[in-house]
Amino acid sequence: MDFAFSEEQDMLRAAAKDWLADRYPADRVAALADGDGRDPGVWRELTELGWLDPELDLLELAVLAEEAGYALLPAPWFSSVALAAPVLGGPPAVPPTLAWIDDAAGSLREAAGTVAVRCDHAVDGCRLTGVKRAVPDAAYAEAAVVVAQDHDRVALYRVELAAHPETVHPLTVVDGTRRIGELRLDGTPAERLDVDPGPALAAVRRRALALLACEAAGVAQRALDLAVEHARSRTQFDRPIGSYQGVSHRLADAYTALALARSLAYRAAWCVATDDPAAEEAVSSAAVAAARASVGGCESAIQALGGIGFTWDHPLHRYYKRAQWIAAFDGSPSRHRADLAALILG
Amino acid sequence: MDFRDSPDEAAFRADLRAWLAAELPDDWADREPHVGRWDFAAAKRWTRALFDAGYAGLTWPKEYGGAGLSPNHQAIYLEETARVDAPDHVGVIGLGMAGPTIIAHGTPEQKAAHLRGILSGDTIFCQGFSEPGSGSDLASVRTRAERDGADFVVNGQKVWSSYAHVADFCILLTRSEAGSQKHRGLTYLLVDMHTPGVEVRPLRQITGDPEFNEVFFTDVRVPVSSVVGEVGGGWQVAMTTLLHERGTLGFALTARLEALFGRLVTTARKTGAATDPLVRDRIADLYVDLQGLRFTNYRALTALVRTGVPGPEGSVAKLHWSEANQRLTALAVELLGPEGQLSGEGGFWGGYWQYQQLRSRGNTIEAGTSEILRNIVAERVLGLPRSR
Repeated sequence: MDFAFSEEQDMLRAAAKDWLADRYPADRVAALADGDGRDPGVWRELTELGWLDPELDLLELAVLAEEAGYALLPAPWFSSVALAAPVLGGPPAVPPTLAWIDDAAGSLREAAGTVAVRCDHAVDGCRLTGVKRAVPDAAYAEAAVVVAQDHDRVALYRVELAAHPETVHPLTVVDGTRRIGELRLDGTPAERLDVDPGPALAAVRRRALALLACEAAGVAQRALDLAVEHARSRTQFDRPIGSYQGVSHRLADAYTALALARSLAYRAAWCVATDDPAAEEAVSSAAVAAARASVGGCESAIQALGGIGFTWDHPLHRYYKRAQWIAAFDGSPSRHRADLAALILG
Repeated sequence: MDFRDSPDEAAFRADLRAWLAAELPDDWADREPHVGRWDFAAAKRWTRALFDAGYAGLTWPKEYGGAGLSPNHQAIYLEETARVDAPDHVGVIGLGMAGPTIIAHGTPEQKAAHLRGILSGDTIFCQGFSEPGSGSDLASVRTRAERDGADFVVNGQKVWSSYAHVADFCILLTRSEAGSQKHRGLTYLLVDMHTPGVEVRPLRQITGDPEFNEVFFTDVRVPVSSVVGEVGGGWQVAMTTLLHERGTLGFALTARLEALFGRLVTTARKTGAATDPLVRDRIADLYVDLQGLRFTNYRALTALVRTGVPGPEGSVAKLHWSEANQRLTALAVELLGPEGQLSGEGGFWGGYWQYQQLRSRGNTIEAGTSEILRNIVAERVLGLPRSR
């Protein structure tokens, strides 16, 4: 039993932390979030830094995901390494994403069964028609893996979004650092991927939940750091407000939730990386704890900061919105608890 | 990172499983759980069996009768005993608090006198720290120890002293310098509970059980050789005791929660509540609590094995466990409906859950109240300013 990262993994973390702090100070994240959300040079930079290297194992990605959460990395990294790249295989040349939600399928599991977007066979190849919703980084991605119905079964297709920009519809979103949009496909050419959709989507789900749990730990840590810093320096009634137990105890609870969530997030990453039999349980447990620690932790931080934490100018709300994005990914904490109950109680 | 056992750990686990299977009665898994604290005589017999098999004091050094194994082995022991719901070692205070304190600060004579008996269950320790006027503010103890020749003469009163009614010795925190304040002038003594002038009065708890006691000391003569550490240096010694109380407790508590969780699942099935989506949601939530504690303990354990000090995340174990245990037991009683009001004959498992639920209210008070533990997290882990 050994539950710690290796020296190499710790070095990777330190390097990622430095790069992120340098590349994405809070005002730059704010400018991107309040602008169109696109940082044109970052994809190439992430490629050069090795963040998109297909050789990275899930524990290394877990380290990067946590730091990306801490800095609120506003780049299409998650949609690539967690969702699309493992399906496509190899290093992604352009930013790819995955489109699975539509009128017939609300989750990755459902998408492995039946979807509404359909594939028609034309003389020159496949054509996809229908609307895919809640597609992460839709406006940023240049390619999409689309789950579509081919008669009585689903299959995975690659659509070149860069060549068909008319299909991409950005939507107004809560979290401006990781936007979602729609793909409105209308006889859009697609290339069928030689991948068994059931196992591929199940693997994507496990991988994405594990990495998002790590990202949530980073989000919660940043919110807690902001709150602690404020509680140390802000004075009322001639004392730092962190000396009042009404403030400090809530932050102690936020720390507790984070400590538990972080343990489960790392463990989930390990279980998925090693294909452990407990992987399904591990990602569900991690997702429940991550939502509690990150959404709840941000709420405690907003309360500790008082009025300032409620403003648009303070960075905290962006963490809160990312935490909510994570909690809403492919379901909800109550859905994950239902999955756990099925494992425990049948 | 690797959650699998090393070959050595796997061998230890396999041996322990085989031993437990051989030692526990054949119908052990099917029995109804024992209502109440425990059967003291049975706990002593089980402790002796553990001792003879080398499973008492796994992390204690070999020279003191321990097995000299790593905390990982201790964690495996707690997991495996929880898995089959085996009884606990009888020496809760001795094994977890008095023993490690004597190992750290005791004289060779004290080590020779006490350590083996703690492991075998022949010597039962109790703790004499809290007083009627000294609870969370432990440094305000007033029980006096006055030097008289080769003895200290002890006068005062301790309270909330678990196991004092069956204890042979007490780890006693006293004020040995008249007029001294707070952490100064305290002395840590090992007091023979059979000495004239020691009077134990059981306190009946919310459960109806007299698990803990008031202890009165009237002109009790304690030889100077019973001082642990320096005269006047009792605070440092007491901190060692509390460090062990709060530091190594996480695994034991989580193991206990796991056993209760298994019984909650059984209860949900027996009462038909296992198909209720609202109950299922709460059971799953408790499961996440349990898993969070388990893996946070592992993380703190690895930090301990690698660096010699437990990680800061370990400080949340008791805090979170106590509240999870309260939620779990309350849910179990709720599942029983009106029958949950029966605490004996005719009650589900003879009132097992009613006892556990009431007992759980003490969890956020004993061994550091949740308020004190939150202060510790806020001040020592988060670096927030002191609240007082």
